[in-house]
Amino acid sequence: MSSNRQAGETSSIRAPLFFAIMAALILLEGFTSGWNSALGILNMGLLSAIMALGVNMQWGYAGLFNAGAMGFLALGGLAPVLISMPPTSGAFSGGGPGIMAAFFVAIVAVLAAVWIWRNLRGKTRGLAVTAVLIVGFFTYRWLFDPAVEVIEAINPSAQGNLGGLGLPTLISWPVGAVLAAGAAWLVGKTALGLRSDYLAIATLGIAEIIVAILKNEQWLDRGVLNVNGIPRPWPVPYEIDLQNSPDFVAQMQAWGLDPQLGSTIAVKLAFLVLFVIVILALIWLTEMSLKSPWGRMMRAIRDNEISAAAMGKNVTRRHLQIFVLGSAVIGLAGAMMISLDGQMTPTSYNPLRYTFLILVMVIVGGSGNNWGSILGGVLIWYVWVKAGDWGPDIMGALAAPFPDGGLKDHLIQSAPHMRMLVMGIILLMVLRFSPRGLLPEK
Amino acid sequence: MSYLNASNMTGGYGKADILHDCTLTVEKGEIAVIVGPNGAGKSTAMKAVFGMLGLREGKVTLDGQDITGLSPQDRVKKGMGFVPQVNNVFPTMTVEENLEMGAFIRDDDFRGTMDQVFDLFPILKEKRRQNAGELSGGQRQQVAVGRALMTQPKLLMLDEPTAGVSPIVMDELFDRIIEVARSGISILMVEQNARQALEIADKGYVLVQGANKYTDTGEALLADPEVRRTFLGG
Amino acid sequence: MELINALVAVTNYVIIPATAYGAQLALGALGVTLIYSILRFSNFAHGDTMAFGTGVVILITWGFQAMGISFGPLPTALLALPFGIAVTAALMLGTDKVVYQYYRKVRAAPVVMVMVSVGVMFVMNALTRFLIGVDQINFDDGTRFVINARQWRDMTGLHEPLTLRSTQVITVVTAIITVAALFWFLGKTRTGKSMRAFSDNEDLALLSGIDPNKVVAVTWIITGALATIAGTLYGLDKSFKAFTYFQLLLPIFASAIVGGIGNPVGAIAGGFVISFSEVGLTYAWKKVATYLVPSWEPDGLVQLLSTDYKYAVSFTILILVLIFKPTGLFKGKIV
Repeated sequence: MSSNRQAGETSSIRAPLFFAIMAALILLEGFTSGWNSALGILNMGLLSAIMALGVNMQWGYAGLFNAGAMGFLALGGLAPVLISMPPTSGAFSGGGPGIMAAFFVAIVAVLAAVWIWRNLRGKTRGLAVTAVLIVGFFTYRWLFDPAVEVIEAINPSAQGNLGGLGLPTLISWPVGAVLAAGAAWLVGKTALGLRSDYLAIATLGIAEIIVAILKNEQWLDRGVLNVNGIPRPWPVPYEIDLQNSPDFVAQMQAWGLDPQLGSTIAVKLAFLVLFVIVILALIWLTEMSLKSPWGRMMRAIRDNEISAAAMGKNVTRRHLQIFVLGSAVIGLAGAMMISLDGQMTPTSYNPLRYTFLILVMVIVGGSGNNWGSILGGVLIWYVWVKAGDWGPDIMGALAAPFPDGGLKDHLIQSAPHMRMLVMGIILLMVLRFSPRGLLPEK
Repeated sequence: MSYLNASNMTGGYGKADILHDCTLTVEKGEIAVIVGPNGAGKSTAMKAVFGMLGLREGKVTLDGQDITGLSPQDRVKKGMGFVPQVNNVFPTMTVEENLEMGAFIRDDDFRGTMDQVFDLFPILKEKRRQNAGELSGGQRQQVAVGRALMTQPKLLMLDEPTAGVSPIVMDELFDRIIEVARSGISILMVEQNARQALEIADKGYVLVQGANKYTDTGEALLADPEVRRTFLGG
Repeated sequence: MELINALVAVTNYVIIPATAYGAQLALGALGVTLIYSILRFSNFAHGDTMAFGTGVVILITWGFQAMGISFGPLPTALLALPFGIAVTAALMLGTDKVVYQYYRKVRAAPVVMVMVSVGVMFVMNALTRFLIGVDQINFDDGTRFVINARQWRDMTGLHEPLTLRSTQVITVVTAIITVAALFWFLGKTRTGKSMRAFSDNEDLALLSGIDPNKVVAVTWIITGALATIAGTLYGLDKSFKAFTYFQLLLPIFASAIVGGIGNPVGAIAGGFVISFSEVGLTYAWKKVATYLVPSWEPDGLVQLLSTDYKYAVSFTILILVLIFKPTGLFKGKIV
């Protein structure tokens, strides 16, 4: 028992210590590079922490390897576009019915195929399913293509997409979670219950496809043309409004701050407050659920799947639940990220940054520990940003002895890749020497 | 000193011991059979002899040599052959390749041994190019025994060789095992079909809760009313 | 006549490119499936291993070119290939020693091994980028065509052109040689058989005195070779770009699983299933359609899917196989 108490004591110092280090790093950034940069890192770090919370639910609570966090994140990011952008006039009336009909046909065809597969036997089954799917596909394209043409023809330089509903941005956040949860349910339904790495491969695939859709379906989100000017969530103000507000300018001058800088910092602080509220709510919810019988069962399943199954627990169903919930959190973070950026740029989704880096955050922070995910999210994001900054300097110093020319240039040019190396080494070191992470699960 | 002498074996997988002061000996060319109720530690005793289980106490000698500290692989080199109860063939490899893998540690020409195995199990010669996974249960057991024989062991250990095969196949397998013993190889075998196994046994061990309960010739054990009543079902 | 033209068009735009691509996928899937059957995890670093191997081959090719060494009508990269394989295999062995060996010793769960391979993926990714950068590189310096469009027209007098690029022929020939060598090795040599035994039944293999360290080392060497060959062929046929190789991971995994993971024959079959589906579904069939039904003037391209969605094809096939036949077309390992 004494060893247990020992572990408890060290971890009770550990968490505040590491969070203090994290705060110190952010403060250091603030004093050396300015508060704008420090808050920027902190905000993105907190968003990464929310993504990490979602991945932690999957990997930390259930041992499920989601290799497609990027996809759920991107899908969640679609919500602000569809919910909070102003409607494109004429798009919905022009192309809406066609697209709705096309999706209806697609769903009917798939359901019919499933029904035939379940109810017919023999050789006709395969033929009938194929025929239904082929007819369905061509009908879908026949309805879909003209509708898309209509939508994409509307004011293509600025719009050319379906537009949004013009609702408040905050509403789009839970919608992002729902979108991601829907996709996760589809993937989980097929890939869970099979070998553990099949889920990883299936999620890797769905992520690529979601991003491909966002890049190519102009009618939906303008594709590679990007959607700009996505409204900010209430109550975050716009810099320009603050700068035009005499009260704000007077207040800033009273504090001896440049109003322009002050306005950007005020905006970042407003986002920060929103993000912190969301994180605290999520942590409260997850901690409560972990303490509930449901949470205890989740952990029992993770620790010994076979004996849990033997006790009559439906392991696959529990896995599906946690997978969908975790993906919903990732989708929420995706919607929040798009609100923070104010734009949707599908080309910016990169699996190394948005899938595998998040896994590094979870594992470094401590698999299964929510506070660990927060710590890992902010800390790893800080290292990621800083490794990008320091890389060229370090490389420049290392390459200094070499004569000027091809090799030296090549070395200095390749410095940005340092962060990949750093992340890989951090992940391997943690997995090998401290598999429970910085803040081990209690 | 017996050819195999595993004396006073005590040990188990975790903290609790499964074997308690268990002793097994086999003479040259003798068939020794371990029987007993479920959970008596029969397979565990066999694994202990083969070095797949750490012993807290006791010692194993083979041909007078102490092998207690050796790994299973090293025991194979010393002349032990082991046929596990399940997963005892390479399913996607042919019968011939299975036998070849049995002879993996041999550097000399093993074709003669393979011919001997084919003489012992003619069906295997017929199916030499077929994958072991496609054979019937009884044939697969023959492959498993044949594989173990490829190292030309002096002691062959069989863990329930007749599990899951029909009575006819079981009789045939026992006949083959007798044939192997006649060629001078000692046999130590765990059996669920106690009565039939004791009929061919020179020596029988009845284990109960990891300890020797009765030890005698197979014939004497079959005749013992106490053994009959408690372990052979009347 | 029109029927022949249609056939030529299909051959030119679907069969030839899909065969070359299928051979590349098959070699990639063989590497994945081999690691799976011996080390029992899905290696997420395989795409980046291919990129690394190809990067080394490109550097050596440039070295040869600078020294004035060439391979006649064939690309210099083929000369550089053995050296690239040696470097990649050495890296694989080093990685195993530093990283994977420990997890085998503690008998880590497969999903942990997958996570470890993600760490290796990051490192390999960085190494490749340090080595060769992120840009698109064309390193094919051989003769471009075996048959070009004009030769074809002179030869046959057909209206529809057909071209056969040298890299496509090289891909298929090299793949056949590689696969034949691999199957000979696995089927006929003692070491190869011991690898199959290890894959079939690890405990029994250990009992039989098969040295696991040797089996694992040989597996990494072969995987390094397969990855380098696959990557180089892909790069010669299309072009080299580090990120593209990471993306190839999906069709490669799909090929291995569709064929039955752990089964080498399945990996090859799976590679062609994926490549033909991908090319066939993203090809614009308009030309073929107008040959076959001259009266029909299609107003679209008659393309089932835009090429941007080619990964969706691998994914859909993968999902269908997971739903209906999780062990794959050829029975793979059920672990």
